[in-house]
Amino acid sequence: MTNQTHSEETTTGLSHNKLGMWVFLGSECLLFGALISTYLLYRGRFADGPAPGDIFDIPFTSVSSFVLLMSSLTMVLALSALQRGDERNNRLWLLTTALLGAVFVGGQVYEFTTFLREGLGYTTSPFSSAFFTLTGFHGVHVSLGVIFLMSLYVSSARGNLHKERAETVELIGLYWHFVDIVWIFIFTVIYLVPSPTS
Amino acid sequence: MTQTMEPSSMETSNGENSHRPLGVYTRPKGGSGWRDWVTTVDHKKIGILYGAAALLFFVIGGIEALLIRLQLATPDGTVLGADTYNQIYTMHGVTMIFLAAMPLAAAFANYLIPLQIGARDVAFPRLNAMSFWVFLAGGIFINLSWLLGGAPDGGWFAYSPNTGIVFSPSHGMDFYAIGLQITGIASLVSGINLTVTIFNMRAPGMTLFKMPVFTWMMLVVQLLLVFAMPVIAVALFLLTFSRLFGATFFTPELGGDPLLWQHLFWIFGHPEVYILVLPAFGIISEVIPTFSRKPIFGYPFMVFSGIAIGFMGWGVWAHHMFASGIGPVSVAAFSLSTMFIAVPTGVKILNWMATMWGGRIKFSAAMLFAIGVVSMFTIGGLSGVTHSVAPADTQQTDTYYIVAHFHYVIFGGIIFGLFSGFYFWWPKVFGHKLSEKMGKLNFWVMLIGFNLTFGPMHILGLQGMSRRIDTYSPGFGFEAWNLVVTIGSFIIALSVLIFLINVITSARNARGLPPIGPDPWDARSLEWITPNPTPAHNFDEIPIVESLDEFWHRKYGSDEDGKVVRVASAEDVCQDGSAEGVHLPSPSYWPLVFAIGLPFIGLGLIYSLWFCVFGGALALMGLYAWVFEPVDDPDVDHHEPQKEDVSD
Amino acid sequence: MSTETEHTTESDKSDDEHSHEHPSDKKYFQIAGILAILTALEVATYWLESVPGEILIPVLMIMMVVKFFYVAAWFMHLRFDNSLFMKFFVSGLILASVVYAIFLTVFEFWHKG
Repeated sequence: MTNQTHSEETTTGLSHNKLGMWVFLGSECLLFGALISTYLLYRGRFADGPAPGDIFDIPFTSVSSFVLLMSSLTMVLALSALQRGDERNNRLWLLTTALLGAVFVGGQVYEFTTFLREGLGYTTSPFSSAFFTLTGFHGVHVSLGVIFLMSLYVSSARGNLHKERAETVELIGLYWHFVDIVWIFIFTVIYLVPSPTS
Repeated sequence: MTQTMEPSSMETSNGENSHRPLGVYTRPKGGSGWRDWVTTVDHKKIGILYGAAALLFFVIGGIEALLIRLQLATPDGTVLGADTYNQIYTMHGVTMIFLAAMPLAAAFANYLIPLQIGARDVAFPRLNAMSFWVFLAGGIFINLSWLLGGAPDGGWFAYSPNTGIVFSPSHGMDFYAIGLQITGIASLVSGINLTVTIFNMRAPGMTLFKMPVFTWMMLVVQLLLVFAMPVIAVALFLLTFSRLFGATFFTPELGGDPLLWQHLFWIFGHPEVYILVLPAFGIISEVIPTFSRKPIFGYPFMVFSGIAIGFMGWGVWAHHMFASGIGPVSVAAFSLSTMFIAVPTGVKILNWMATMWGGRIKFSAAMLFAIGVVSMFTIGGLSGVTHSVAPADTQQTDTYYIVAHFHYVIFGGIIFGLFSGFYFWWPKVFGHKLSEKMGKLNFWVMLIGFNLTFGPMHILGLQGMSRRIDTYSPGFGFEAWNLVVTIGSFIIALSVLIFLINVITSARNARGLPPIGPDPWDARSLEWITPNPTPAHNFDEIPIVESLDEFWHRKYGSDEDGKVVRVASAEDVCQDGSAEGVHLPSPSYWPLVFAIGLPFIGLGLIYSLWFCVFGGALALMGLYAWVFEPVDDPDVDHHEPQKEDVSD
Repeated sequence: MSTETEHTTESDKSDDEHSHEHPSDKKYFQIAGILAILTALEVATYWLESVPGEILIPVLMIMMVVKFFYVAAWFMHLRFDNSLFMKFFVSGLILASVVYAIFLTVFEFWHKG
């Protein structure tokens, strides 16, 4: 099986935290898989309400998707900076990542309110329930990530986030990138693949 | 996220009470009494807590079963009304599966996995404590519904649309959905925790294929939990949002499909069956070799068949839905996959029998229960194969034949297995054996009661008696068998009572006596190297593992003729628990604080958002205090200046 | 690729050595550039109305998978880290894909397009 060389800490030589985080991310695949499947099942069932093909604003969502995608870059730059011991740049990139995440969430709130105005409420149809639930769950994940990032930022500003604790940033980073790749999936499958129109 | 140890906290610690998370509380120092139990992060104490709480829920679920049987003992029963009956049978299922069988398995997993792999604790001790408290909070939350307008009444499987507001107007199903969500968090976190523990904390030399079968089966279970809990989480979210916020997932008028619930529930539900049964398989795979005085037959086959069961368990879920109109192609495919999953299970049955074959079998109470599993589970497995044949299943669906089948699996397989584990590991945990005499009585009474209860259900089912109905009319030929079933259920209750009396009298008889001493059963695996009961630090020094059944190989060798001879006494091999100054993770309040917050969030969702604010604040406070509390209190139990000195 | 990207075959390397193998910031910018171009291509398909679904959807899926792969391999360091991490993650990913594909098949999702 895996290597038999024993580092003094763990059997595999890997950190508990990182292994645990990856197991958790594996588990999250099943969570988002169920939500995405539910959406796909219901995307054509819009009752008397708006259909996805009528209501999606692809250019707008493309911009917010791009923002989230680039936040993955700033996240990895934050980690890279801290691993070099560059705490100033670490803080800068953490803050940038959190900001980009917040912009994405803001975009989602704007999208939701627009949809609401156009007659797509949470209870309008199975499509609307599934859509808001899926994107809402993703939005909650991003929001949590923003809170984590801000906590890291505060921790660093207080002088508590040093090179030795780069793993904490790495773990939050893994979570953040995962949320990003889920959106890569959602953006293509839910938005870009042509949706039913009424 | 537990590595928040700041280097500076070492220097600033001068004297007592140096660390005050949130500046309010001092860190719990362990101490004694209840405070010790509510703040513990010791995997052994958490295991005991799991066991005690789960046994309590087991008794509650049992009482619910007896009420069901009282109602059905005679035709036109009037003990419970139809409405109460719905609540009772729903809560019987929910309680037994989520609040008794799963946490009992968690009790064994928590206590034994670190010991079997040669570790001092689990990978994330405070998360482990959190798992327990969250489970307990969820269990209490679901049962609160009895006091707040009625328990869940849509069956443990909660098929839509029966669970919608229209057919289930009380808040019962809300308690079900949110409560199981809470216990689901506990299962998921515990699954991640123990997976990391097994991969990362094995003693030197303990390769994956030297791990005891119990640990292997538990690893498969943890991975199933990790991957299956999110699926039920989504299903429960959909249900919660439908009931509380009017989402239209299950509203057929608008195009919602009730089958969506069934699929999501059973995608989780079938792996769940193996989450329940594999721990019992693991337990008896330790018990049978010990009392047959032979190594387990075909160890790699045992391991791989366990993995195969876990894996194939994901491809059979729709066999619960043959009668729901999923179409002939789907039915045929799932019918086939279901027949195939009998193969690895059959391999296990065969290996247990081959282990016993030619062995010098000692019929202890633990061994009797283990043999009970092999025989009774096989009956359940065989009736299961009859369900895999879809035309037969169409006849059997929703009859007592199904009830008979899954009780032979769950009671005959799981409960017998867990009892086998109780008798086997009781001296490990408490330092004294349970009375063997009463244990054997316990077994025989339970075996008779079990077969009287669930055997006749096969006949009732084939005669056409349906499940979940609160009563039946006279004249269908159901009367005699139903009476037998009810009598049988009270015999089971008697056997559980015998067990509980055994627990109390055995503890009383052992009072004042020294602990039982090492190796009461001439056992095989690593946990028995530690003294009985296990000291807080588990191992005086972490053993170097050379073989499967390491403990046995330290006691026995072979002479010139290749005959097995004893080379060392148990006293020589076992550690005496005298090591001092072993640094252990420090206790913490915060897992409990976090866990208490969750039911309030649940109540808030149902009644008033103010509860949510309170519960959310409590949970958040728990989390933040937790994150900023170092894993190890630098002042306790060790005097080394460097934090690297964790072991020896 | 560059020399920094060689695989970790010896897992007994210490954490310090690990971090040295992580790519430079320049590399990260390059990856982000590729991701940006792919996203632009994806979005561009929105204005191509004449492409039939049988071609459009597979093309979109391929671009999605490539983006997914780049983020996981480079930003999440799966390329350089111990393969056990990847095994856990990919297990979840494959299990989810297979199970939910069967799920949608049972609902005859693919027939409706």
